[in-house]
Amino acid sequence: MDKTVNQKAWFLVLPVFLIVAFSAVLPLMTVVNYSFQDTFGNNQFFWNGVGWFKELLDPSTDLGSRFFASLWRNLFFSAVILAIEVPLGIIVALSMPREGWRVAACLVILALPLLIPWNVVGTIWQIFGRPDIGLLGYVLNSIGIDYNYVSNEFDAWATVIVMDVWHWTSLVALLCYAGLKSIPDAYYQAAQIDGASRWAVFTAIQLPKMHRVLLIAVLLRFMDSFMIYTEPFVVTGGGPGNSTTFVSIELVKIALGQFDLGKAAALSLVYNLIIIIVCWVFYTVMTNAGADRSRTEGAA
Amino acid sequence: MSNFAWMAWTWPTAIFFVALALTLLTMTWLAAACPEAERVGILRIPTTRGDRLFISLIAAAVIHLLWIGFVGVDPIATLPFGEEGYGISSLWLATAISFVTAVLIFRTV
Repeated sequence: MDKTVNQKAWFLVLPVFLIVAFSAVLPLMTVVNYSFQDTFGNNQFFWNGVGWFKELLDPSTDLGSRFFASLWRNLFFSAVILAIEVPLGIIVALSMPREGWRVAACLVILALPLLIPWNVVGTIWQIFGRPDIGLLGYVLNSIGIDYNYVSNEFDAWATVIVMDVWHWTSLVALLCYAGLKSIPDAYYQAAQIDGASRWAVFTAIQLPKMHRVLLIAVLLRFMDSFMIYTEPFVVTGGGPGNSTTFVSIELVKIALGQFDLGKAAALSLVYNLIIIIVCWVFYTVMTNAGADRSRTEGAA
Repeated sequence: MSNFAWMAWTWPTAIFFVALALTLLTMTWLAAACPEAERVGILRIPTTRGDRLFISLIAAAVIHLLWIGFVGVDPIATLPFGEEGYGISSLWLATAISFVTAVLIFRTV
């Protein structure tokens, strides 16, 4: 008997196709079109070939120097927050209670920063750090530390990093906690019988079991910090000078501040390419790390 | 058409997107017509034809950008069209390298 062929399912996918076409494909094609042209407004465009890309990838030009400066700044920022948030998240997850009402209390407290919108987080820290009315700024200045994130580059960086750590360490902690919860008690009992130290339990049982969630946490935090815009924009506005101008802030300055659509389009395509490559590498590593383990476990 | 004026279409980008769409359609048809199993190549990850196409496209983008950044786009030859001739950008070499890379990726990855 022939198998029944039913193609109705295609109609169910149609809305998604339409939505993605209008929200992603058309805008992306437009950005590609803009990146090869120059405009002076009024929908008049002039062919510029790969001129913008040439300028963008040449650090001796204005556009190129701004792009590379913001790119290194952004990568440094991502590296710093990952170096702080991942170990801190693990420590928080390890010190969380395992059962009882305290679990729920901890989870709620940890989830709070995650629920606050980006611009509100920015506003909170913008006020919190002010030397005249902000609690943090006022206290630091009263104990003799000259702290002013508006005029001092180091203070601005410290504020943006501490703000990100405050906002997102919970995410890493919650992911790690989920990984820890999935470890069966038998592992700990076996470790106890063997007389394993706390450190041995951590390196031989907990860390390997958290491997997958940690990869997810690193991927999420890297992507998010590499694309960060709202929080530093609200707190420092990219300043003092250009010291906290990350790639997305630079992009918006070029696109909406100067209205250089061609330059901004070229920058966003290169930015997009970097993000796609990093995502693909992380995704491939993540899926294959799992596959490798299931293969080895299957063999055992 | 005036409704699409904001999209600022040009012939080169239109040709590029049509070629991309045709490639994707061909790959979709191919996947339905003769399904294939994943295989593990030199990257030691299981890949399908679609994965290899994705890697090839990304590699092509990177190759073109590196070429623009390090080699530049000066003309390598001039065709006898028009008054001043029509210069062929050296970027076409990057396109050629991308095609070779794509073939290598499809055969080895």
